[in-house]
Amino acid sequence: MAQHQVNYLKDGGLPVALTTIDKVVNWGRSNSLWALTYGLACCGIEMMASGASRYDFDRFGTIFRASPRQAELMVVAGTLTKKHAEFIRRLYDQMTEPKWVISMGSCANTGGMFNTYATVQGVDRVIPVDLYLPGCAPRPETLQYGVMMLQQKIRRESASRAQKPKRLM
Amino acid sequence: MRAYTPKDNVQAKPYYTDRFWVAPQVAKQDVSSDAVFEHDLNAIKAKFEVLDAYIQVEQMVVVINAADNFAVLEMLKNECAYNQLSEMSAIDWLASEGKFEIFYQMLSMSKRKRVRIKCKIDENESIQSVEKLFRSADWSEREMYDMFGIIINNHPFMKRILMPDDWEGFPLRKTYPLQGDEFAAWYEVDKIFGKEAREIIGPENRDPARIDRYDTERFSRLGHEVPRGTDIRQGEPDTPLVYQETEGVFLIEKFDAEKSVVISDRHR
Repeated sequence: MAQHQVNYLKDGGLPVALTTIDKVVNWGRSNSLWALTYGLACCGIEMMASGASRYDFDRFGTIFRASPRQAELMVVAGTLTKKHAEFIRRLYDQMTEPKWVISMGSCANTGGMFNTYATVQGVDRVIPVDLYLPGCAPRPETLQYGVMMLQQKIRRESASRAQKPKRLM
Repeated sequence: MRAYTPKDNVQAKPYYTDRFWVAPQVAKQDVSSDAVFEHDLNAIKAKFEVLDAYIQVEQMVVVINAADNFAVLEMLKNECAYNQLSEMSAIDWLASEGKFEIFYQMLSMSKRKRVRIKCKIDENESIQSVEKLFRSADWSEREMYDMFGIIINNHPFMKRILMPDDWEGFPLRKTYPLQGDEFAAWYEVDKIFGKEAREIIGPENRDPARIDRYDTERFSRLGHEVPRGTDIRQGEPDTPLVYQETEGVFLIEKFDAEKSVVISDRHR
């Protein structure tokens, strides 16, 4: 009987962890970032490679979802055309709060080499962006590093309901 | 003082013209040098007016009247075995001739020959659809309308194909600016937020290399972040780059190399 007794003052102590609500909520949010599949061009291939077995995004809790209702992270991977701009805005609006956006690659950041009439010159003209990844195209390591940086950003945020949604304007 | 000579608004001219530059021409041969092409050309000449015909890079080019385009293609398909329309589009010659050139690239599988039918139309002229003959013309003609503004008669679904339906202007015309006119520049802002948002969002940055290191509205440095809009021209707070939070993350332990065990016996 006594040999099964747990000594709460030794061996890891009490099975109780003290923390704050913010930390618990942000811990959950940051470690299960479900991303909306948003491959628009060649960056999308790198994004898919990040999700596949060699780079394995599932380790970070990042699972690509096909529905904006189930996603909280939008990785805009590729060239955004002006024709598509309204749809990216609609999908962004359909995502539930809280939500974050990673702009992946030169085209999504600034329009990149497509300095033409048909390309949106930076996805931040349409939706608010949390993180810009440079590169053409960024390697999967870059995207993973970017997601880790976004996790840090989320952990620093306040998790309260009073947090205002991000607005472009 | 020099006398003023009108410059005809040279800034607005779409072309840089060098007086001494001569466009290189691909050598043209007479159609009589190829028996198969000569036979086909005679078949066309028997029924339609041929403005010009020659062989260029082993392909026959026939220039016809724009009104005959459907009948000529129908004859080439049914009687001369040119059973594929591999490509068709238009060329903007509005600056030099005031006309569009429309070309149809035909392929005969049995003869292993290619023929290009050309015709010219004015800017506001429309042309007959060949979609009834070749289904491949369906999207090509829509693209022609989308990019050049050429109206196609009897097309089953005359609508823009590449640009949005509410787009203004025809982007492949030589007079259309590469970076878009005012409508194109504000298209996504007008459509999503409305015209009143133009001032807030601001014009497009057409210089992607432009980076203002003191601009905290639009740029941030990872690991050196400051709140949005902070003035950092007088020096910025130093926030070094860290890969994990110093106090650690809740429920996630840092990997300790000291505590790791190397398994050398794989059959243990």
